[in-house]
Amino acid sequence: MTKRLLEAKQVTAAYHTPDGREVRAVDNVSVFVNEGEILGCAGESGCGKSTLGNVLALTARPPLYPISGTLNIDGQVLELGQNNKVPRTWRGSVVSMLPQGALNSLSPTAKIRGLVVDVLKSHGTKLSKDECLDLARDRMKNLGLPTRALDSYPHQLSGGMKQRVITVISTLLNPRLLIADEPTSALDVSSQRALVEMLREMLNQDIMKGVIFITHDLPLLKTISDRVAIMYAGQIVEVANSEDIAERPRHPYSKALLNAVLAPEEDTLAKRVEGIKGSPPSLAKPPSGCRFHPRCGLAMDICTQVMPRAQGNELQFAKCHWSQQHPHEPIRIEDVLRRNDEIEAPVLIKKEA
Amino acid sequence: MRFSVRFYVAAGLVVLVLLAALLGPFLIGVDPNTSIGGLYDKPGVHPGFGGILGTDNEGQSVMSNLLYGTRTSLLVGLIAGIVASAIGLVIGLIAGYAGGLVEEILMGLTNIMLAIPSIVIVILLSVSLPQRNIFTLALVIGITSWPWTARAVRAQATSVRTREHIEVAKMSGANFWSILVWDVLPYLLSYVVMAFVLQVASAILTESSLSMLGLGPSNIVSIGMMLNWALAWGSIRVGAWWAFIPPTLMLTLIAFSLFLLQSSLDELFNPRLRRGKKVKAGVVTPDQDDEFLPEAGSAAGPAALMEAAVVDRTREEARP
Amino acid sequence: MALFEADNLSKTFGGGKGAVHAVKGATFGLEPGSITAVVGESGSGKSTLARLVLGLLPSSGGTMTFDGSDVTKMSFLQSKKYWQEVQAVFQDPFSAFNQFFTVERLLDRSAKLIDNKAEARTRMEEALHHVGFEVADVIKKHPHELSGGQRQRIMIARALMMRPKLLLADEATSMLDASLRVNVLNVFKDLRDNLGTTIMIITHDIGQATYVADRMLVMQKGDMVEQGTSQDVVFNPQHEYTKQLLADVPKLHGELGELVH
Repeated sequence: MTKRLLEAKQVTAAYHTPDGREVRAVDNVSVFVNEGEILGCAGESGCGKSTLGNVLALTARPPLYPISGTLNIDGQVLELGQNNKVPRTWRGSVVSMLPQGALNSLSPTAKIRGLVVDVLKSHGTKLSKDECLDLARDRMKNLGLPTRALDSYPHQLSGGMKQRVITVISTLLNPRLLIADEPTSALDVSSQRALVEMLREMLNQDIMKGVIFITHDLPLLKTISDRVAIMYAGQIVEVANSEDIAERPRHPYSKALLNAVLAPEEDTLAKRVEGIKGSPPSLAKPPSGCRFHPRCGLAMDICTQVMPRAQGNELQFAKCHWSQQHPHEPIRIEDVLRRNDEIEAPVLIKKEA
Repeated sequence: MRFSVRFYVAAGLVVLVLLAALLGPFLIGVDPNTSIGGLYDKPGVHPGFGGILGTDNEGQSVMSNLLYGTRTSLLVGLIAGIVASAIGLVIGLIAGYAGGLVEEILMGLTNIMLAIPSIVIVILLSVSLPQRNIFTLALVIGITSWPWTARAVRAQATSVRTREHIEVAKMSGANFWSILVWDVLPYLLSYVVMAFVLQVASAILTESSLSMLGLGPSNIVSIGMMLNWALAWGSIRVGAWWAFIPPTLMLTLIAFSLFLLQSSLDELFNPRLRRGKKVKAGVVTPDQDDEFLPEAGSAAGPAALMEAAVVDRTREEARP
Repeated sequence: MALFEADNLSKTFGGGKGAVHAVKGATFGLEPGSITAVVGESGSGKSTLARLVLGLLPSSGGTMTFDGSDVTKMSFLQSKKYWQEVQAVFQDPFSAFNQFFTVERLLDRSAKLIDNKAEARTRMEEALHHVGFEVADVIKKHPHELSGGQRQRIMIARALMMRPKLLLADEATSMLDASLRVNVLNVFKDLRDNLGTTIMIITHDIGQATYVADRMLVMQKGDMVEQGTSQDVVFNPQHEYTKQLLADVPKLHGELGELVH
């Protein structure tokens, strides 16, 4: 039986606004990752996926505050809460974050080797400078990266190489879990592919035991992840094997999101695709019942009042009343988008008279 | 906007100095140019507020001189600061936005100005002037100290130039000056305000140095002139500390409060520099992007991995 | 006849050894009423090409013709006239806004290019309707009060207001979510189909290009390596680079791809 690597239960985190309100960007979310697994996390911007990443990586900073929840990473347990201190040893060695935009925040005047030492020292390593660099050099050799990158300045490396090098550096302490937040969004497809291959290789070499990969690029997630979690308005609405998500989504929101993916394929040329109209709800005042109901064509009375419960097990579930009532029926995109016209003034370009 | 404690302390000190300079002369009721006693009378020898700090080399009230002198020094600083900021702003703005040959020429000029020791120019100019009143002095200080502002403004303007809204403005048919004033300048205003505060502070110090050298304004008292007299009439030798300590302290207080004000403004305008736990973000509207939310608050992003390695360039550029 | 033609267009930044040849002799035409996509990775010179076409950058060589007249070098007044007919939507809905301007101020400024005042106001309102806004709802707002998607729609409205013959979209959808992205791409399709607007989109996403474009130009390191109908370029690519580009695109459906597991 596969071992559980991460059990995050009922995690809630909120941004504090200056006028004293609490905006719950992650609301009662439970996430599970098995050993050797890559979990993809997708959703529209503002759905809370980056926030979830920061909370799980213990890098939440004010005005974002974790409110409640339990983290269990490879047997080590941590209660989340506004006043709970994060043990210093956790960051970098238990869980490590590959932050969004890391590519552009490198100091242009420092060589990569300087970064290696700085990162390791800031995580309290007892290694000497040379040992740090040896470690990095070995690691890069094993993963097929040119070690001369260590002696380069950031601008001398291509975007793809920079991202791979940063990934290696952020995992030097062998974190059990790596959280990668949009690591590929600034890369072109060839570099994306190289990074993805390297992450797989790192799992094989047991450098880390699991990855949460956050992105809005669904085809990429399908390629890299074992399972995919779809987030909407601060909650996970569906989790499933990447194959199942792509072919048989069980939540109308997943269906709508996947429908909007444009690939260079035969049918893309001729078809007309519609996106979901309307905006995600305000997290300061989320709608009652299912949070997707104001935009959902399948919404029924019950959806406006009762929050749907997860159907399935903790590794594969969907939260949707409709799916629950129609267990074997696939979701049809026309039905989901049925309410597009009433939601928002449609985009109309009329022929001139 | 949320002001830090630092800002309130700085603002409090600045207001204190301003009150002393503006109201002091009216309250004290002692003319700084009339003798109220003899050479270096000790504090408290003469009655009333005017005698509280004793007398100077001419038997005039030190307190009265200090208050009038502060007013003069602030006035010089203010005028010089405005002149320097205005010249620096215009030159930096045009150089930064126009780029190319214009930038080369303007920045060349700026660098030449920087290379010439300005104190020499100031001395030469003030010696050659027929009459040295505070306005000519302020003007001289102003036109020798703009290059720092010009460089800071140029660096900022260069970064604004690459923003897409400039291209949008061009495509809307806006001309060079319209873009400069409406699309570039507003993005720099916070830097200009900070640079202005620094210019005022350094102008006050320059005025004092000049006056100490005996190149200060004639027939009016300034803090530098007080120090000049104190030096020239041997106050240190005779131990008349009340003649040189008060103006020194006042000068320190002015410069300190202005520098503190500048750095607290820096914090205010660059939220990334805010210290402590209570970083307050702008209003978090939920339809803002993920990328947008962490910008103010969870600089958690890069910070987590690269805490030690990230260079805060904006801050360096902001300091003239 | 093509609405816009570029002949051997090039752009070099800097000089001597450090010279960067961003665009090396691009020759292409934009057919009226069609959507042409320029596809390439970052650093391929596609954004530089866009700025050359828009007249925002002077070219280093070659000629550009728009509607029969030469637009390679333009005076300020000529540019103003050109921009009444050629408009653009840029990549970043955040930095494309002057954060100190309200929507109204932004649009008013562009409206000055329209000679008739009353006409300009009507067109502004019409353009906002086109992208699904009620005029009163947005006109007084500052950019920070709008979401990313809303801002991008305002930018599209700004361009539409000029009723351009040629609309250029430089990565206009790359910062948007999948769902919003198709909505914006649909606006482009509607413009082409219903108003006959000629559109040039710049993108790194060959999937988007497949969906929206009639023709594709593929750029690699400043060279235009392939051009043709979308059908030909995507399903019968000739150049090695195009083939590689297509092979690296992650697929949503079908086989998992050889790189996994």
